[in-house]
Amino acid sequence: MLDYVIETHDLCKQFGNVHAVSGLNMRVVRNQVTGFLGRNGAGKSTTIKMLLGMTHPTSGSGQLLGRSITDPKQDLEARRQVAYCGEDKQLYAYMTVKQLIEFTASFYPDWRSEVAASLLDRFQLPRGRKVKALSKGMRTKLALLLALARRPSLLILDEPTEGLDPVAIEELLQTLSGLPADGTTVFFSSHQISEVERIADRVCIIDRGRLAVDLSLDEIRQDHRRITLSFPKQPPHHLFDLPEIRSIETNGRQMIVVSSHGADAVVERAKSADAIVLDIAPINLRELFLGTVQDHK
Amino acid sequence: MTVLLYSNSGTVEMFKLNPQAGQPLYSQLMQQIRYAIDTGALRAGDQLPGIRTLAEEIVVSHNTVAKAYSELEHEGIVELRHGSGAFIASRNNVQVRSEKFRHAQDRVRALIGALRREGWSEDEIHRMFGAELFRPEQSPARR
Repeated sequence: MLDYVIETHDLCKQFGNVHAVSGLNMRVVRNQVTGFLGRNGAGKSTTIKMLLGMTHPTSGSGQLLGRSITDPKQDLEARRQVAYCGEDKQLYAYMTVKQLIEFTASFYPDWRSEVAASLLDRFQLPRGRKVKALSKGMRTKLALLLALARRPSLLILDEPTEGLDPVAIEELLQTLSGLPADGTTVFFSSHQISEVERIADRVCIIDRGRLAVDLSLDEIRQDHRRITLSFPKQPPHHLFDLPEIRSIETNGRQMIVVSSHGADAVVERAKSADAIVLDIAPINLRELFLGTVQDHK
Repeated sequence: MTVLLYSNSGTVEMFKLNPQAGQPLYSQLMQQIRYAIDTGALRAGDQLPGIRTLAEEIVVSHNTVAKAYSELEHEGIVELRHGSGAFIASRNNVQVRSEKFRHAQDRVRALIGALRREGWSEDEIHRMFGAELFRPEQSPARR
């Protein structure tokens, strides 16, 4: 049975007339790496802020590690086991790396100093340097160290690789990919589709405040196909009225159909209409993302 | 017991997964481990990298490697030993597979040779194979 660390039910957040999140129903599976994609303004950050109790939902409900996010007492319990790395890594700039680690450790009774020490080594952070003198990549690593030394059940990251150089990105992704082995579920938002495609087990795409896609990357690779067809004459309407069809693009006698359940049914119907199958190819996450969020203006 | 997978730089050279291919990463990894066995790069008794180590080296989710290893164990190709990691099975299945593989490879080689003699280019042959592999009836994923 799947076990969820995040569940939202009809979650809404309105700022004045703006519906930042409008009826979000989302679930995140325990012990997996889940990527959270969406355009700017699609509701990613607002969703994360609601989950973390940084802003209150206008309506709807949600659970973080099985505890209600709208009940302050329950939410506090959940957040003891949740770590967060935000876009703006607000760290005490005047402290040195070593001081900040010791300072942070003093707040958490279950702080794992051996984890902190091994990450400090691994990330090669200069212990004596002041936080304000660290590069952006080092600051991100330090924030991650502070988060992981608590051995959280859930790590939420908001665009963790934003602004990092390629080497730092690689190191960060390596760290994230191994975390489920420690019992840490990873939920991270990103604009870097290829990063999500590499390390995520699952992807959630949010569009205009609603969940548009919730799939495992394996399902996308195994079952999603783009079928290019050529018809002898104008293709008949409604030929592909099938539940698994994600999109249809017609260009004269040519048609490109994206199916979420293999090519069998599409090929069969196409042949019944005397079409020639020109190509059957897998689709990648970028194509799926663009196909999902571009359809409407 | 040898770990053959590490180059001097400490990176895994043998496994290269393509996140954009139309095949789950765990099954790509399974295929590459099988291929390494079939070609003799990995032999019975060889140790595979730990799940976490390999996941971090090739930068894929821990679950991807865990799934590949456990499926290969199910096939009798890999043995998972508690606390000491994953090993290539010492049983005959590995050898039988290896022979079958060479046999299949001979047939593919013969077919490609015939197509070349008919004048088809490398690129054309490549496309023919690619298109057939994604064709529904023969798609290995839905066998």
